[in-house]
Amino acid sequence: MICLEDIHVTFNEGTPLETRAVRGISLSISKGEFVTVIGSNGSGKSTLLNTLSGEVFPSYGSITIGDIDVTRWSVAQRAKLIARVFQDPLAGSCENLTIEENMALAWYRGQKTGFAAALNDTNREVFKKQLARLGLGLENRLRDKMGLLSGGQRQAISLLMSALQPAKILLLDEHTAALDPKTAAFVLDLTCQIIDENKLTALMVTHSMQQALEVGTRTIMLHEGKIVFDVQGEERAGLTVVDLLDLFKKNQEGEELSDDSLLLG
Amino acid sequence: MSTIAALGALESGLVFALVAFGVFMSFRILEFPDLTVDGSFPLGAAVSAILIVSGVNPWLATFAAFFAGTLAGMVTAFMNTKLGILNLLASILTMIALYSVNLRIMGKPNIALLGETTVLTSTESWGVPYYVATPIAFSVVVLVVFFFLLKFLNSQKGLAMRATGANARMASAQGINTDRMIILGMAISNGLVGLAGSLFAQSQGSADITMGVGVIVIGLASVIGGEAIISPKTMFLALLGCVVGSILYRFAIALALNADFIGLKAQDLNLITAVLVAFAIVAPKFKANISSRISRGKNR
Repeated sequence: MICLEDIHVTFNEGTPLETRAVRGISLSISKGEFVTVIGSNGSGKSTLLNTLSGEVFPSYGSITIGDIDVTRWSVAQRAKLIARVFQDPLAGSCENLTIEENMALAWYRGQKTGFAAALNDTNREVFKKQLARLGLGLENRLRDKMGLLSGGQRQAISLLMSALQPAKILLLDEHTAALDPKTAAFVLDLTCQIIDENKLTALMVTHSMQQALEVGTRTIMLHEGKIVFDVQGEERAGLTVVDLLDLFKKNQEGEELSDDSLLLG
Repeated sequence: MSTIAALGALESGLVFALVAFGVFMSFRILEFPDLTVDGSFPLGAAVSAILIVSGVNPWLATFAAFFAGTLAGMVTAFMNTKLGILNLLASILTMIALYSVNLRIMGKPNIALLGETTVLTSTESWGVPYYVATPIAFSVVVLVVFFFLLKFLNSQKGLAMRATGANARMASAQGINTDRMIILGMAISNGLVGLAGSLFAQSQGSADITMGVGVIVIGLASVIGGEAIISPKTMFLALLGCVVGSILYRFAIALALNADFIGLKAQDLNLITAVLVAFAIVAPKFKANISSRISRGKNR
């Protein structure tokens, strides 16, 4: 489904500020897999996600989705294959547009658009039905501006939006990190439902080891731009956070993981 | 203020409503600070004037002015999106370049249109004086543009354009080609300004190289003033605000110049404009301040 081959990403190449964010990642994800990605700050997990979405082009390596080489495709071109939910709840929607207008944008994701009215009875009906499942009463506020909603509400709508068009891949970039614990749990639950219903192949970056093990079918950990371990199936089923730390230590020849936020999350 | 002065204010208010639409498209929809309009307004005037004195059908000449405006907007948008020049700077470069282009088009700094057949000539058969007929004709134009712009902004493409201005990162994640949207939006914006320049020249009886100076400020004054009066909750209200703002602006200017006791003269026009714009920007804050004080007073 998704195949990354020897991806290297270097920022500010050839200058004193040169940063090698990703140093040779090869990863193959089959259809229907839900991969959780963990790693400390600067480990390259966000860069990896941005490389998949097309915001960052790799300096070396290739990306194929299905059988198509998309390495040089722009973000807009990849939108018909990839849906995305951002870490910042404000980034995934337009606050000056209404709820229904935001959802209409996602409704036409990757489609040919024309000069017909963007909103009609058909899609409004779908938006209402989708919003109703959140149980937040948003189905009666279709014409409210997105900016009036809380971060959690906006994130929940972003998730609904990602499923309005049949995308193949869902990218989640620490999308619960900016939310309070209760809302985060609600959004995470919704995420799993949507992935399940639409049989999506998903990649979720998270800061929390706990979360990384709780959901999904496979977990990979990045460190200094490389994959340090990759667990799935039975091997992953019984793992705890402590086991993950041991696994990290073993793979890094005794180096201790020093990022507290990873352990506390 | 005499009736003729009032109708004159209405007439230029209607022409500048088209400019306000254009400025609304760039500044508000695309969040693109665009000064190209100072060049595309006289460009529209120059193109239609030279075509009219050469004997071309005035309707065709007016359409050519719109088309020339769209090209000017596309040049600015191209410099910004494809060459990576800062939006404000790109627009200033086009504006400066257009000064030379306009002189080249006209061949001289001024072309008189008195006695030529313009789109307003046909209004003579209506049997009303020109100062009544022209505002009526311009209202029709504004109404037609209003209708199409409203349809467009609520269409699939229009929504994509609004998303491009509001949140470009989100827009591209939804598959919208933001560069293309900026080019299209800037073309429409400056096309409308070119059309306004053409109509202005035809109603004033001449095209002049300096007629573009300060057009952007008048357009902004209309947009911001309109927003202060009508809060732009929907696209319909936002466009209505542009028209109302533009006409009220002209009336405010006419009143200020006609009120003898203040002692203002025609040369004070730009000063009045600047004061009005500053006032329109500050006014909503005052309004919010006062209403919050009143409600606090009630709670006590």
